[in-house]
Amino acid sequence: MLALVSPALLVILLLIVLPVGWLAWQSIYHDGFTLENYRRVFTEDIYWRSFALTFEISLAVTAIALLLGYPVAYLANSLPKGWSILILSLVVLPFWTSVLVRAYAWLALLQRTGVINQFLRYLDVISEPLALVHNTFGTVVATVHILLPFMVLPLYATMQKIPGDLMQAGASLGASPSLTFVRVFLPLSLPGVLAGCTMVFVLCLGFYITPELLGGGRTVMVSMLVSRNVELYNQFGAASAVAVVLLLSVLVIFFAVSRFISLERVLGQK
Amino acid sequence: MTRISPARIALYVISTLVLVYLILPVLIIAPISFSSARFLTFPPPSFSTRWYQQYFSNSAWMQATRVTLTVAFLTVVIATPLGVAAAYAISQSKLRIMRVIHMALLLPLVVPIIITAVGIFFVYAKVGLVATMPGLVLANVMLGLPYVVISVLAGMQSFDPAQEMVARSLGMNRLRSFFAVTLPQIKSSVIAGGIFAFISAMDETIVALFISGGQYQPLTKRMFTALRDEIDPTIAAISTLMTAASFMLVLLASTRRKKTG
Repeated sequence: MLALVSPALLVILLLIVLPVGWLAWQSIYHDGFTLENYRRVFTEDIYWRSFALTFEISLAVTAIALLLGYPVAYLANSLPKGWSILILSLVVLPFWTSVLVRAYAWLALLQRTGVINQFLRYLDVISEPLALVHNTFGTVVATVHILLPFMVLPLYATMQKIPGDLMQAGASLGASPSLTFVRVFLPLSLPGVLAGCTMVFVLCLGFYITPELLGGGRTVMVSMLVSRNVELYNQFGAASAVAVVLLLSVLVIFFAVSRFISLERVLGQK
Repeated sequence: MTRISPARIALYVISTLVLVYLILPVLIIAPISFSSARFLTFPPPSFSTRWYQQYFSNSAWMQATRVTLTVAFLTVVIATPLGVAAAYAISQSKLRIMRVIHMALLLPLVVPIIITAVGIFFVYAKVGLVATMPGLVLANVMLGLPYVVISVLAGMQSFDPAQEMVARSLGMNRLRSFFAVTLPQIKSSVIAGGIFAFISAMDETIVALFISGGQYQPLTKRMFTALRDEIDPTIAAISTLMTAASFMLVLLASTRRKKTG
């Protein structure tokens, strides 16, 4: 049996475990051991500000995705099977479109001469085009769009397991629909909320394409620090240290969450 | 359920708006790609296929397309058997370590892709795999493995291992019984896993940004570079084609899955 997994395991070891290990090593070793890279990450303005911005954006994206995703998952869960399949298909459809293509679509929609600005000007709502993109706003709009399926699917999976009779029981005991929702349904759906929020937050922490293309150079998220240090400045040590801190943040979050719900659930397997 | 409360109406309205938000950007690309205008204007002034012509007549775009298709094809050919073998072993073995191995195979989904990309770049730079075809394929095999493993493991859940035991007790060896008894029953999930690995390789951008170069640049890398400079409607044409290809593949995968139930 071990022989059967070994080829796949070898690929994983060589192409992800080794590279990440290499990064970790490079972040502390350069002609001798050094913590210089980490000192920079934690003391220099540009680094910790980028980390702070990344956490802020990730929190905002997660909160918005939850607010948008919960009603959709709830509706899909409450409708007959045919409708719920339709809704879920619409949710998953963008999921299978390239992230790059969707970033491009948002560029086309949001830019100064884009679809939304032209439409608003046509309606005479605005006289000057709005700055909808090349800023944090555009980044958040597109990032939520890309990550929303990761919120809806675990929410829906959890809601599916909530027995319908519980709601009826609540109603038969005289509770109003909103009270049964708040006291019965909502608490039972919390594991799904946690799973969805974790996935969206963690994915957002490392997001690269949308801030790079839609952030207009001002929204420097951590992933961009990594790539700029490699591509522009050849600062491999600094890039590695940033990557290690980012990875540790992700692992700490996964570890913390795994104390409450199984990681398989977060990764969308069960 | 027949009584429609205001809360229910709000739920319908909000959900519809969210679904429009999800779908609109995916659909908006197609009309832009068929517009005659040089800049993005909506609605398009007139119908034209000039951006498609530009794409098909440009040798750099065509070379990138060949790279993408070759990489995606080779990724499927390599990642599918590796993933199937691994998923089979994980589902059948009772060894403790299999749980750890299972988690390890899902690492590509857990580690932020930018970190994976930079790490692979450093390793490839040492061994001379930057800007090569094998380098690009290997990275995509790694990224595609989790999709195959997840899909096949799900398929194995509804498979009764006793059947394979029967085949073996009738004198088949493990390999033959796998191909004769097990594989036909998990075929759909194997195909679905392979299709997802294909789409993953076709759409992969970030690793390619760091490790691909020269004549071995996939479509996504060229698109990304082009998008940073200016918005060329040719990209709308390519995006429309890529989206259409993805959707057809997903449709294929899901109808396949349905057949097994």
